[in-house]
Amino acid sequence: MDFDFAAELPKLVQLLIGVAAFLVVVAVILLLVDRAPMRRRAWIHATILLLPALLFLAIGLVVPAVRTTLLSFLSGDGKEWVGLDNYAWMFTQPEAVTVLRNTLVWVLLVPILVTSVGLVYAVLVDRTRFESLAKSLVFLPMAISFVGAGIIWRFVYAYRSEEQDQIGLLNQITVAFGGEPQQWLQEAPLNTLFLIVVMVWIQAGFATVVLSAAIKGIPAEIVEAARLDGASPLQMFFQVTLPSIRSAVIVVLVTQSIGTLKLFDIVRTMTGGQFDTSVIANEMYNQAFRYGETGKGAALAVFLFVLVTPIVIYQIRQRREAVR
Amino acid sequence: MSLLSRPRRTALVAGTMGLALVVTACGSTEPKPSAGGGASAAPECAAFSQYGKHEGKTVSIYSPIRDTEADLFEQAWKPFADCVGMKITYEGTGEFEAQIQVRADGGNPPDIAFFPQPGLLERFAKAGKLKPASEEVKKLTAEGWSEDWAKYSTVDGVFYGAPLGASVKSFVWYSPKMFTEKGWAVPKTWDELMTLTNTIAGTGVKPWCAGIESGDATGWPATDWIEDLMLREAGPEGYDDWVSHKTPFNDPKVTAAVDKVGAILKNEKFVNGGYGPVKSIASTAFQEGGVPITEGKCALHRQASFYANFWPEGTKVAEDGDVFAFYLPGNDPAKKPVLGAGEFVAAFTDRPEVQAVQAYLAGAEFPTTRMKLATYVTARKGVDPANAQNPIDKLSMEMLQDPSTVFRFDGSDLMPAAVGAGTFWKGMTDWINGKDTKTVLDYIEASWPKS
Repeated sequence: MDFDFAAELPKLVQLLIGVAAFLVVVAVILLLVDRAPMRRRAWIHATILLLPALLFLAIGLVVPAVRTTLLSFLSGDGKEWVGLDNYAWMFTQPEAVTVLRNTLVWVLLVPILVTSVGLVYAVLVDRTRFESLAKSLVFLPMAISFVGAGIIWRFVYAYRSEEQDQIGLLNQITVAFGGEPQQWLQEAPLNTLFLIVVMVWIQAGFATVVLSAAIKGIPAEIVEAARLDGASPLQMFFQVTLPSIRSAVIVVLVTQSIGTLKLFDIVRTMTGGQFDTSVIANEMYNQAFRYGETGKGAALAVFLFVLVTPIVIYQIRQRREAVR
Repeated sequence: MSLLSRPRRTALVAGTMGLALVVTACGSTEPKPSAGGGASAAPECAAFSQYGKHEGKTVSIYSPIRDTEADLFEQAWKPFADCVGMKITYEGTGEFEAQIQVRADGGNPPDIAFFPQPGLLERFAKAGKLKPASEEVKKLTAEGWSEDWAKYSTVDGVFYGAPLGASVKSFVWYSPKMFTEKGWAVPKTWDELMTLTNTIAGTGVKPWCAGIESGDATGWPATDWIEDLMLREAGPEGYDDWVSHKTPFNDPKVTAAVDKVGAILKNEKFVNGGYGPVKSIASTAFQEGGVPITEGKCALHRQASFYANFWPEGTKVAEDGDVFAFYLPGNDPAKKPVLGAGEFVAAFTDRPEVQAVQAYLAGAEFPTTRMKLATYVTARKGVDPANAQNPIDKLSMEMLQDPSTVFRFDGSDLMPAAVGAGTFWKGMTDWINGKDTKTVLDYIEASWPKS
């Protein structure tokens, strides 16, 4: 497609006008703030500068949240009041329950696996000669999008029948050891675990980097004192390292929990939610946008919101304590 | 996800690229429109005078048809657009079903959308988003299509738009060469088909190959199987009752049809030639489903007319060629109901230039032009099948235009999206993957929207 500059000109002019208008508004606001009486300036500053943000927050977050909640009590076409039917569907219909079960498995396993893999890795490479190389290697997958990772791992799990050449790494290994090629992504409930591996692969680098930094932050005196007291490496790890980096571990656990709850890309790219692998976010998209069942989609969204809330509150509390 | 357009949009790339290039080259010789209304004086434009003048107007079209086929569309309507002076902006997307909803809700709908599923069209019509078609379009539809076709884009008595392309689904692909070598004959009844299947299995070759993997839409080729069998077992009226949910989805009639398909698709001895056990059907891309026929690894593949585009390069599609297709037989050789699909041109706005485009697309001129460019099928009367680019297209058109043909539209496209593009696809995938018929049908029945 060729870009016709002349044809797009009106849009560009509009864009310029928009940017100019924005600058003017900001300038006027700043000028007004500057003119305000000295005594109340701080208060007025705060109000004026926060107002746009609050406004956008209301439009972009509060209004949709309220609307979604309302929609979750309506029928698929948003015309009839159905009460709690959509929620009843979510907790009784076997396929929907499978979705909830899968999400639970994800949110239990991923944060724990990511944190433990990251932690063990960070401890193992700590102060070795190859530390930075090892850390870059494990951090590399972070640079790949979830969709990209999903496609890569689909090839790893790819299946070809026995008489054909295997194109999937995992099946090639299986065949090399005399096994039969397996349809890894089609056998529930194992397939969910195979998807979880992908998430851990992507996220372990993040955990490694954060935890490694925390480990390096442990005061040298403590480590030395423990050594002098004759602590074994295991005692070192459980009684010195782990307690000292507790807050970093919690940060990793919390961010991973939230990220996992809203997981969508990996499942959608790799199985599309088939073979009992769907999770809440994927099902929400399907119901609301593909099937036109906005009520059910909204109910799932509300439920997801309810699940994330306590984790977010916990995180905020942790931050506050850390600041104190 | 349209069963017609999905393959079509990914299709053609290999098969018709060469052709498209040739046509593009020829296209450059066509007259350039001069500024203002000058072009309309050209003799080529006389044919379009009935659509009026729409100088400087723009009409946007949104559709699930992409890539090469989209280019062919644009090429086909270019002379029309140039002559009436308008600009047609075309956007093809792989996310049509979800995005058209987003755009309509967001107050940014296209002027025209090509709906591959009447069920989806109905949802927008009922929500009051679509504009009824003009009298002109209505007249052209009445003259060009059978009543069945017009019915699919009529919601609560209001007609929304004419059909555009079409495909025939009731085909079984096979290799004429292989059949002659082994002395097999094309079956005329379902029993003959099963006998043939057993004969082939006896020779050590898996008779059938299949693939239903299609990304988001995984499962649709299996639903086509069920629809074809419902049409044969329950008859056209029984089929209509099933599609409109007068017959529940877990009715014994449906169970019988599904089990009849299962006798083939879920039998390890009969499938899946070249790919592995039954379960490999679920992980084999539908585009690759029939390819083992060319390697002699299987003999039969049930897939629509558009599968002509997916054969490896150099495969000759003809009655005496490498591959060809026969009609999927039913119990009674005298009755030949045809399952098919197509897309419908509905509009979100009713400006005169939008109606002109709708009228142009509803006429015989557009499909004829389009067909001359590359493989294409339409059910419109007055379009000469002789223009078809391959024998299967020609056969499909003859079947569609034959007044005695009992035609039924793809059932999953007619059902509410929650079933037709959701649980039906998913259910059939689970079914291939090992779930039993009853569990799957009960699940689909339970998901039918109540309102």
